[in-house]
Amino acid sequence: MRRWSRRDWLRAAGALALTGCDTDHPRAGLLGAMERWNRVVQSALFSPTLEAGDHALTPEDAFPAYHVGHATAPIAPAGWTLEVGGSVARPRALSLDDLMQLPRVDYRIEHHCVEGWSAVAKWTGVRVSELAALCGARDVDYVEFRSFEGYWSSWDRDSAIHPQTVIAYGMNDQPLGPAHGAPARVYSAVKLGYKQVKYLASVRFLDRETGGYWEDRGYEWFAGT
Amino acid sequence: MTKPRRAQPLPIRITHWVNVPVLTVMAMSGLQILNAYPMFGPRGEPWRWVPLGGSLQPFPSWMTAGGWLAGARHLHFALAWLLVANACVYLVYLVASGEFRRRWFWPPRDTVPAVRQQLYYVDAFWFRIASAIARVRKKPPPARKRLPPPSGLYNGLQRAAYSAAFSLGVLEVLSGLAIWKPVQLHRLAWAMGGYDAARVVHFVALLALVAFAIVHVVMVCVHWRQFPEIVTGGKPHA
Repeated sequence: MRRWSRRDWLRAAGALALTGCDTDHPRAGLLGAMERWNRVVQSALFSPTLEAGDHALTPEDAFPAYHVGHATAPIAPAGWTLEVGGSVARPRALSLDDLMQLPRVDYRIEHHCVEGWSAVAKWTGVRVSELAALCGARDVDYVEFRSFEGYWSSWDRDSAIHPQTVIAYGMNDQPLGPAHGAPARVYSAVKLGYKQVKYLASVRFLDRETGGYWEDRGYEWFAGT
Repeated sequence: MTKPRRAQPLPIRITHWVNVPVLTVMAMSGLQILNAYPMFGPRGEPWRWVPLGGSLQPFPSWMTAGGWLAGARHLHFALAWLLVANACVYLVYLVASGEFRRRWFWPPRDTVPAVRQQLYYVDAFWFRIASAIARVRKKPPPARKRLPPPSGLYNGLQRAAYSAAFSLGVLEVLSGLAIWKPVQLHRLAWAMGGYDAARVVHFVALLALVAFAIVHVVMVCVHWRQFPEIVTGGKPHA
């Protein structure tokens, strides 16, 4: 093999800088490798039992409501049920009433958006860990939340079964409104907002990671808080 | 120190020059991230008292890096490790070599010389103006009153400035960790005054670092004969 000339080294450095740090595709190349390293660090920092503290409530009209791809809030199909499936012993389709029969929890926790803002609401619902137990979820590493309007996000199982990760059907002591994901949505203290799928249709326990709406467009997958 | 060391030993030159592009891209990607929500305080009660806070307009593209929020976040969280690794190399070298003695601000030793150095600069500034006026009026130049206090490699004011800059870097890393992990590192977030306050600390410390960098470059231009030391290392120096 011939020796590398100065021009070769320059070309290689340029190629590495271009392909390795392509910020249009931040989950590939060098930046993608650093994301995987950051995921290892975030998993190590994650505590399955640590719970986020209480905060002062944000005025309800100031709590932002983001959607993708449609101007108005989507409405659930008639006869909506939440499908709990994937690698589970007893797949279930739960109506809103079924969800409300399950042990309910309330959390008033701070929401952290990837954009940088924070807001606080009180969320009422049933823990994902409760659904895992109900359906006999097998020992798989990932959980996928999918909405009936095309949005989805896959999670590490540890974050999904954290006590403060819930399927919320109430917000600030009212039924969950259409702007915030009615009839039910994911809410969690331990993930950024874009992981918290609204207009929920299914919760599936999986043995593989299935990306997500924003994750497939370049946003970080783990996105823990 | 047993024998005189060069003014700028190799580990210091390397870590200094690694910092230049890394800190620049960290600052630019940070501004790109801030552009996504250029306000401070929680939703519903924005904190308009933060410097630039209430009226923060999105930063122009020449000030930002990463192109969009996800690109800037990946850049920021990748380079942060290089920044911290570089700071660790610097810190270990400084402590192991004893270099910190001639570089870091030690209040009992450096406070009085730092104040005298500042008075000397004020005096020198007025001397220049008075000399210029005397020249215009064709009168003899004024007498110079104050001399700079004796100093080693750095004077007290330099030690204060460089120590402050490093401390700001530490503050940036700690406030950045609090923003990154406000739940898992909740004690750190609490120490910063909470998630929203940590964003303010992170931004105001950046403003302070930019101010340091501007003064640093101005002083290098004024004392340009010393500039080669940070490239070649310079001569042995007490």
